Amino acid sequence: MKLTQGTFSFLPDLTDEQVVAQIEYCLKNGWAVSIEYTDDPHPRNSYWDMYGAPMFDLRDAAGIMGEVQSCRATFPNCYVKVNAFDSTHGVESLRLSFIVNRPKDEPGFALVREEAAGRQIRYTTRAYATDKPEGARY
Amino acid sequence: MSGPDIVSAPEQPPLDLDALYRDSHVGETLDALDRELVGLVPVKTRVREIAALLLVERLRRTLGLGLDAGAPSLHMSFTGNPGTGKTTVALRMAALLHSLGYVRKGHLVAVTRDDLVGQYIGHTAPKTKEVLKKAMGGVLFIDEAYYLYRPENERDYGQEAIEILLQVMENQRDDLVVILAGYRDRMERFFQSNPGLSSRIAHHIDFPDYSGDELFAIAQLMLDRMQYRLSDDAALALRQYIALRRTRPHFANARSVRNALDRARLRQAKRLFESRGEPLSRDALMTIEAADIRASRVFGNGDEK
Repeated sequence: MKLTQGTFSFLPDLTDEQVVAQIEYCLKNGWAVSIEYTDDPHPRNSYWDMYGAPMFDLRDAAGIMGEVQSCRATFPNCYVKVNAFDSTHGVESLRLSFIVNRPKDEPGFALVREEAAGRQIRYTTRAYATDKPEGARY
Repeated sequence: MSGPDIVSAPEQPPLDLDALYRDSHVGETLDALDRELVGLVPVKTRVREIAALLLVERLRRTLGLGLDAGAPSLHMSFTGNPGTGKTTVALRMAALLHSLGYVRKGHLVAVTRDDLVGQYIGHTAPKTKEVLKKAMGGVLFIDEAYYLYRPENERDYGQEAIEILLQVMENQRDDLVVILAGYRDRMERFFQSNPGLSSRIAHHIDFPDYSGDELFAIAQLMLDRMQYRLSDDAALALRQYIALRRTRPHFANARSVRNALDRARLRQAKRLFESRGEPLSRDALMTIEAADIRASRVFGNGDEK
């Protein structure tokens, strides 16, 4: 099951050229770009690990693309995303965030039913990948 | 450009180097270089050569002649005494390479040893990479580059910075241009102990010292920009000042001239201030008199450092 998240969740995966164009757009707007990775695909997992520090004061996408490549090489079987942070007063949040790397096999999610009081059913999802311990998932 | 395989394609329209020259605005940058920088003939010649090479290279590539020699290596070293215009030319070089489409953004990142080399183990590599990332798409100007290498300390982290630099200079030639700058003799020693670095630099450009006349012309340019002018006596005094100052220690070419002018402005302001009460004309505000220059210690008056 292909995991989709973030700004371009409705699109097929971006090519490197398209990623560079997006990063150029971010830099043009003065946003700080950072790279994060994780092996916990749950959509509510907002605590991804940072790959290096966020990159401020860059002028060209080549530097960031180099970091993306080295993150892919280090964690080929993790999800990697590129974030763009807008520090403008009053905004101070992510403007853009998209996945640039994914594991080869994505086992997907199970639907879990829980019987609660009065035979009420509660639903939740659980990623098959998280059955295994961190670092051994993909 | 005329090899046998090119001649065999007769339906090619004639190549218009002239149009490319006009469209790229290279001429304007080169003219500005000529106009605003006095002297420096060998430097200007080399800059023109580089501009010509890049234009021709672009023509070869864009017109689909299948002539792609790959991007030429443009890393440079600027050597010369203090105040000979190394930083200024580096700035112009960034703009020039941008208008020729060699670098994508055309900004200049000027750094020294402190910005590249860390203070403890593991600090240097991220620091150097950070600077390199900032310089991507532009020009990285490393001033006093010989400080990167400290032969007397074998555990110095400078070597690590040099190695990272070398790798990027070799593998990411399209992404940035590195310019190393410093005094001539020390740069030569630096290159001797780092042959890998020297061989990756295609252009070693030497900045000659300015002659007395050139320094005077520079002073004129600076005054024009600051909207001051010299009285006739003051012009003569300035010529004498320059001739005397050149023979003294710590002479830093154009930088010394600028400092001298700044001090002359100071004395002019003081002179005007002391003659309060008299009507003051716009002309008087703009004019530097001989006395403002002759008060300098260089003339043996000993009133200032």
